[in-house]
Amino acid sequence: MSDEINVSRRQIVGFGSAALAGLALAPGVLLYDLAHGKQPDEAVSGKVRWGMLIDTNNCKDGCNDCVKACNTEAHLSGGTKETDSQWMRKVELKDMRTGRATSLPMMCQHCAEPPCVDVCPTGASFKRADGIVLVDKHICIGCRYCMMACPYKARSFVHEVVTDQNSDLPRGKGVVESCTMCAHRVDRGQTTACAEACASAGHNAILFGDLNDPNSEIAKRVATYATTQVRADLGLNPGIRYQGI
Amino acid sequence: MQPIAYREIEGRSPAYYALLGGLALFVLFGLSAAYYMEEHGHIVTGMNNQIVWGMPHVFAVFLIVAASGALNVASIGSVFGKSMYKPLAPLSGLLAIAMLLGGLTVLMLDLGRPDRLIVAMTYFNFKSVFAWNVFLYTGFFTVVAVYLWTMMERRMNPYTKAAGMAAFIWRLLLTTGTGSIFGFLVARQAYDSALMAPMFIIMSFSYGLAVYILVLLAAYNWTGRALGDTVLLRLKKLLAVFIAAVLYFVAVFHMTNLYFTKQHGIERFILLDGGIHTLLFWVGQVLLGSLLPLAILFHPTLGKQRPMIALSAALVIVGGLAQMYVTIIGGQAYPLDLFPGMQVTSTFYDGVIHHYTPSLPEIMLGLGGVAIAGAMVVFGIKILRFLPESLENNVVDSHHK
Repeated sequence: MSDEINVSRRQIVGFGSAALAGLALAPGVLLYDLAHGKQPDEAVSGKVRWGMLIDTNNCKDGCNDCVKACNTEAHLSGGTKETDSQWMRKVELKDMRTGRATSLPMMCQHCAEPPCVDVCPTGASFKRADGIVLVDKHICIGCRYCMMACPYKARSFVHEVVTDQNSDLPRGKGVVESCTMCAHRVDRGQTTACAEACASAGHNAILFGDLNDPNSEIAKRVATYATTQVRADLGLNPGIRYQGI
Repeated sequence: MQPIAYREIEGRSPAYYALLGGLALFVLFGLSAAYYMEEHGHIVTGMNNQIVWGMPHVFAVFLIVAASGALNVASIGSVFGKSMYKPLAPLSGLLAIAMLLGGLTVLMLDLGRPDRLIVAMTYFNFKSVFAWNVFLYTGFFTVVAVYLWTMMERRMNPYTKAAGMAAFIWRLLLTTGTGSIFGFLVARQAYDSALMAPMFIIMSFSYGLAVYILVLLAAYNWTGRALGDTVLLRLKKLLAVFIAAVLYFVAVFHMTNLYFTKQHGIERFILLDGGIHTLLFWVGQVLLGSLLPLAILFHPTLGKQRPMIALSAALVIVGGLAQMYVTIIGGQAYPLDLFPGMQVTSTFYDGVIHHYTPSLPEIMLGLGGVAIAGAMVVFGIKILRFLPESLENNVVDSHHK
């Protein structure tokens, strides 16, 4: 009996020391978090708004590296059948009056006012505080109303059994999925797979960053140059912006 | 005034059991199809990432819309006090419940994860029209059940008018909810219109009454009960008015779009060069589903012949299904306009018309929903007193107002 009490007492001292150490370290950890992703048990912050700026002037016609990187990251087949999932695709544009051609990647635009989240009956489609729009694969019932509502055709429905999954990006037959802006990488302080691939290819057409941080490269660029939101008329305030269209 | 006598149908003849057995078979086919789709995933259907809602939705939305419309016959009696309609009311309520059940079953079994239905019943996003509909649909069952109870239980009769009023308001809300599933879709050019809600309501009047007339004719014909012309000719006139009203709404909808330059693409697709969709619109919805039944029903002699009235009602149903197909599938087949004025190509079928070929499991699932509704009505009129023993002219005439 007395032993147990001693053990408990020892534990209390231990916890107390840990708590004190935690208090002392917390401000530093917090600072680290804001700069370099977040701790696994820490909630995302509404202070950041993750986004990407796509400079179509640098996006090379015929280059598909971002899409390939996305497929690799999410363990997608890369197939392009009508039933295959495509989280990201290259879109080729040609102005019908001037003939000007543009190439750009299209994916979930991570709207501030996402129509998919509005229509989702169960709340499976949701937006994180940091602006990333996701599907909770556990409560998605597979009604596909979000796919009807998305103005960007950004979502795919998993039509058959999926194997060989990335545990960071779980998928499942019968539920809807889309670009997660690599939330799992972002939370570790990394950039998105597509932006990384584009940089590796030497194009640097995709810039990932925090739109809310005035010192970030992306915030400076959108403050300096004219950028476009696709279907800006809908007023959805997407987190993906384009240059050169 | 002679009270109306209601009685269960006998339901012992081989023909009755054959009918019930046939319906049960289709229910079984539908359930098997759902199991097959659940087991293999939607890869075995014609639906894909472009056409995300397919044949099951065509049947389901038709049934749900027709369900609320079938209740109109009862509403005209209880709410608007037309006593001629009162004997027709119990069947109207039964049809409404049965078709809603059939439609919802199809919708539910088409889900990617039908096993998670409990999630849809416990997690709600109240900004979602679907979430509203969960309440509107379950509430409809309750309200109509209470309404039927007040009609069929003598001591509850004094409450029929109140219950009927509640059911009438509820059904208007319900169809508003169904139309708004499409009306609130800002992303797609074929939808995104407040007109969807009232148009769906008037469509429900027409489809629901057409189904009602067919079921009434079949029930009285097959059981050898008397059905007078007073009732039938009144109902067929009403059907003609509803058909014309639907046509009016469809015309206003397309005329509005035709005035807006940005909508010319989708209008051209539906009205002119959309292949199957254009064909279904002009031949299915307009010609067979509207103009032909209108011509028959207003014809001085043909319009009084029962087979012709039945044919008109059947045509309205065919036209209704065509209208659902054009609305649901056609609306998705036309590509989203992400970059106006640009020619667009991609591996994800941007900028091209999307193709859809319905698969057998989808059609069987849809027909399974129809069979569920049918079986419920066929069985219902055997176990409970839904049908008046006679709807002969002299019986209804004494109540005629």
